[in-house]
Amino acid sequence: MESEALKEFVLLRVPEAEISQGAQYVQAVVPSEKAHTLLSELKSNPQTSFDYLFCLTGVDWPQHMEVVYHLKSTSLNHMVVIKAKINTRENPETDTVCDIWRTAEFHEREVFDLFGITFRNHPDLRRLLLTDDWVGYPLRKDYVDNVNMIAY
Amino acid sequence: MDEVIAQALESQEYFINMGPQHPSTHGVLRLVLSLDGEIIRKVEPHIGYIHRSIEKMCEHDSYQQIVHLTDRMDYLSCHINNEAVCLAVEMGLQVEVPERVKVIRTIIGELTRLSSHQLWWGVMGMDLGAITTFLYGFRDREMITDIFEETCGARLTMNYNVPGGLMFDIHPNFQKRTKEFVTHFRKKLPEYDDLLSNNVIFRERTIGIGKLSKEDAISYGVTGPTGRASGFSCDVRKHHPYSAYDKVQFNEILRTEGDCFARYQCRIAEMWESLSIIEQLIDNIPEGPFKAPTKAVIKLPKGEWYQKVETARGEFGVYIISEGQKSPYRLKFRSPGFSNLSALDHMARGAKIADLVAIMSTIDLVIPDIDR
Repeated sequence: MESEALKEFVLLRVPEAEISQGAQYVQAVVPSEKAHTLLSELKSNPQTSFDYLFCLTGVDWPQHMEVVYHLKSTSLNHMVVIKAKINTRENPETDTVCDIWRTAEFHEREVFDLFGITFRNHPDLRRLLLTDDWVGYPLRKDYVDNVNMIAY
Repeated sequence: MDEVIAQALESQEYFINMGPQHPSTHGVLRLVLSLDGEIIRKVEPHIGYIHRSIEKMCEHDSYQQIVHLTDRMDYLSCHINNEAVCLAVEMGLQVEVPERVKVIRTIIGELTRLSSHQLWWGVMGMDLGAITTFLYGFRDREMITDIFEETCGARLTMNYNVPGGLMFDIHPNFQKRTKEFVTHFRKKLPEYDDLLSNNVIFRERTIGIGKLSKEDAISYGVTGPTGRASGFSCDVRKHHPYSAYDKVQFNEILRTEGDCFARYQCRIAEMWESLSIIEQLIDNIPEGPFKAPTKAVIKLPKGEWYQKVETARGEFGVYIISEGQKSPYRLKFRSPGFSNLSALDHMARGAKIADLVAIMSTIDLVIPDIDR
């Protein structure tokens, strides 16, 4: 699917999406409440059939949090970036996409571990890289660790 | 009475720790196995023993420094990891690197892939009880590390790439020694088949073990030779060519079986392809500068870039979000080992403990790559 068609496809489903053409891919920022429905549609619709989630990560912005999904269709060979915007930094929550792509299970655990974003309906949401009793979320911008981090 | 006996004989599920210091995990990976007798019911990987939070460190480092950190992830594909960061930064700066750089990067990238596969082959044999392969693999790998040492002074973590090009030009002996290696290894690679591929015990232990279907491979994001053995066409060198891969002829190796032996065959066949890529390029290194001019302090404009490359283990991605500073606002490394490991549970269910060793070997895990 061409970039323009992709943009229309997303806008039709989520009218409030902020769509832009990035350096490489079409990017769409959508509210986190609508992300799961959109992503599910992107996977199952034969026009898009994004069956390969090659990157899932979180970003900590000053006012909000984002979960970024990089998607590719192995049959149609097109790509898109969907960003689920969570409007709070206190106890951010969004829906899991484990039921759509199984690779998300590990990736979401990592994002939970390092950003503190809770994924609703995740089958096994625990810390992944850090120990269970770790305090704080290291990849947040306001994380303080006086022992292991050198101040710049 | 029969019920009592049946109850007494009924096996109970129990747990066992494999690792974090198990020889076959090749690093500090802990697997909690849920077992019914010798049959695996569930594998739960516990990772993070060598998590260094490289992504957080990158948020304070300059782009030149970030290149050095990528060596410490997948140390067997260090050159290719470096290349990924350099390509992403070059894309952000819109710098066109000289043709000479592209060709040299490709040749060294393929040598890196070869040396990684040689080590994998040696260690794989050792995991399954054949110590000879380890010695054979390291014998041939030594020639490649010698070439690297002469080229840039380091044998493993090379740091030969810098944003814009290479740290310095190739050594005058580079072409001669690489050609010597290719001639040598073309003769030695059939030995690998004699030792392992056609070995009855080895085949018994790998054929039909640890199956992964194409749909599952895509869903789990399993890439590299592991994914291609399941029929998932995911070679970044073919789908999104970078450096000089669009100028060379090579085949993407695909198998459909998706078992341990298919993954093994994929890597062996990839070694032949790598040799062919090197042969096509080694006499055609264009003249010219080895580095495009870049500023001492690199500041990427506001924006975001995603660069993927094919390491020896699969698709490695660098995702840079820049706010116009000298360090990235956020940097994510999508490491192939992380996604490949997530499919381990799926592959190992129903197998025996000894099979798990074979499955792990053929996924070719490098733990620092997973933990980052």
